[in-house]
Amino acid sequence: MLKVEGVSKKYKQFELNNITFEVNKGDYFMLLGPSGAGKSIILEVIAGLIEQNSGKILVDNVDVSNLNIGKRKVGLVFQDLAVFPNMTVAQNIGYPLRRKGIRKIEEKRKIIELAEKLSILHLLNRNPESLSGGELQRVALARTLALEPSVLLLDEPLSSVDVQLRSGLMALLRNLNREGQTIVHVTHDYDEAISLGNKVAVVNNGSIVQTGTPVDVFRNPSSEFVANFSGIKNFFEGTIVETKEHELRGFTINEIVFWLYADSASSNGFICFPENAVVLSLDRLEDSAINAFQGVIVDIFPQKHGFEVWVDIGVKVAALLTWESVEKLKLRTEKKVWISVKANSVRFIPKV
Amino acid sequence: MSKRFNQISRINVIGKNFSWFRLIATLLGGVLLLFIISPILGMVLATPVESLFKTAGEQEVQQSIWLTIWVAMAATIIFAVLSIPLAYLLARHEFPFKRLVLGIIDLPVVIPHSAAGIALLGFMSRDSILGKTSTSMGFDFVGTPAGIALAMAFVSVPFLINYAREGFSAVPERLEKAALNLGASQSRVFFTISLPLAWKSIVSGFIMMFARGMSEFGAVVIVAYHPMITPVLIFERFSAFGLKYARPVAVIFIGVCLLVFVLVRLIARKERKDA
Repeated sequence: MLKVEGVSKKYKQFELNNITFEVNKGDYFMLLGPSGAGKSIILEVIAGLIEQNSGKILVDNVDVSNLNIGKRKVGLVFQDLAVFPNMTVAQNIGYPLRRKGIRKIEEKRKIIELAEKLSILHLLNRNPESLSGGELQRVALARTLALEPSVLLLDEPLSSVDVQLRSGLMALLRNLNREGQTIVHVTHDYDEAISLGNKVAVVNNGSIVQTGTPVDVFRNPSSEFVANFSGIKNFFEGTIVETKEHELRGFTINEIVFWLYADSASSNGFICFPENAVVLSLDRLEDSAINAFQGVIVDIFPQKHGFEVWVDIGVKVAALLTWESVEKLKLRTEKKVWISVKANSVRFIPKV
Repeated sequence: MSKRFNQISRINVIGKNFSWFRLIATLLGGVLLLFIISPILGMVLATPVESLFKTAGEQEVQQSIWLTIWVAMAATIIFAVLSIPLAYLLARHEFPFKRLVLGIIDLPVVIPHSAAGIALLGFMSRDSILGKTSTSMGFDFVGTPAGIALAMAFVSVPFLINYAREGFSAVPERLEKAALNLGASQSRVFFTISLPLAWKSIVSGFIMMFARGMSEFGAVVIVAYHPMITPVLIFERFSAFGLKYARPVAVIFIGVCLLVFVLVRLIARKERKDA
């Protein structure tokens, strides 16, 4: 297992602040964040390629903070893979095996075993320059696995792979994890984090802003950054100013009041609601929705399944509509419309 | 039809792209090439074939050519052991006074080679520490192949260091870091990753240093007039007998230099293909 305790590092114009997290044995731990957040630097500090200014790193309960790069029992697969161009695939995989006391025959057996596991047995005698991105990724993985690391560190491992090959590689990584390999995986892709990780740490601007299971992080984003990052567009900051019966509360954003249910004692915070919870109509709907506002369409964007329509009701709200609805309602920019959102679709996140 | 169209459009392109600048640059470049080629070609053409054969048969000439080649080669190989690690340090590490070190390395290129020879003579003469030490061990630098090798190395080693340094700089640091992460020691990283990947540049540096060493006259003539390397022999024939007698040796030596140059390059290329 891996413990990172209060690691800080000034690196060029960038700064890592008090990075702390714990990865248990067998975890698939995702470090999620936008590019430039410092995720790769965290991996390089763990591997010892960059020295931290302060803080500790423990691997299997041993403080490795001051150990040599090669003695930390962590294997790092770089984003650009760093497969040695002057060696064949077999020589690459065998590189970490060339140690004192390992017999040639044992080395060969191990290379074949790893190549079989990663389905690259047919590539063993090839030169790296003749391989595709996906094949190189498997070579780099096999080479790092030959090290038998306690923790496998992967830097954006799916970025060099074609979309068609992604699912194969994802299945491979999941299987490695199921066999007991502890993995720390850096990504900027939320879907990747949800589908692979059993724990997620969200990194922004050199700090970890939230840690938890993917569901926790997705359902309870602890900041606007996390919420935006997880794809929720209707995310507003404001204050709860009044309370009706049954804990129905009025949340005010620039004099606009959203009604919602919340049992938090705090009054300052955020609300968010999904785009597909917003109903759009030409006239005010006579239904149960308590949150109904008139506004003007400011933008219409085509999406994978329909359109994203932005309505200005004093703040800009996004609604997800089907192609048919947009056609039927003859929606266009500057048209006046009504939107309604059910109170129980609106989630309140208190400010910490 | 389309061929004709292509021809027409090509003519148009030339017409459109015509530039006085390019024309003048080409003419100036041509003059420069002529300046390099014509004296050498003139000398070769002015030398009768029979005199070439006669001179090539002389023992003194053969011995001097052989001496020049092996001493230049030995100097290159011995100094490579000192130069390549330094080139690696310069490519990979920042340290105080690095710019000064780089300046010192280029120093032999900018000072007159006769001055370099005088400086070296003082450095290796029998009164100096180096001279005394070597004399006590039973050999001398002044007037020996060892002294010639030092003079050749002094003026030519910057080429090897600079080429090797560029070669190491071009090796992605990522690969070295990956090797370290895979448990390799610093020296194993150097010999399995850095050196093989910088090899092409290092070989170019080898060739440049070797060629520069072979053709050195100024520094060598002061340190060791005898035994005579070919550039000194050419000078001696010229000053004792005149142009006519110096020419055949010069032509033969230029031929040998070109041959060696091409050979080394071919070997280097083949090695790279095999690797």
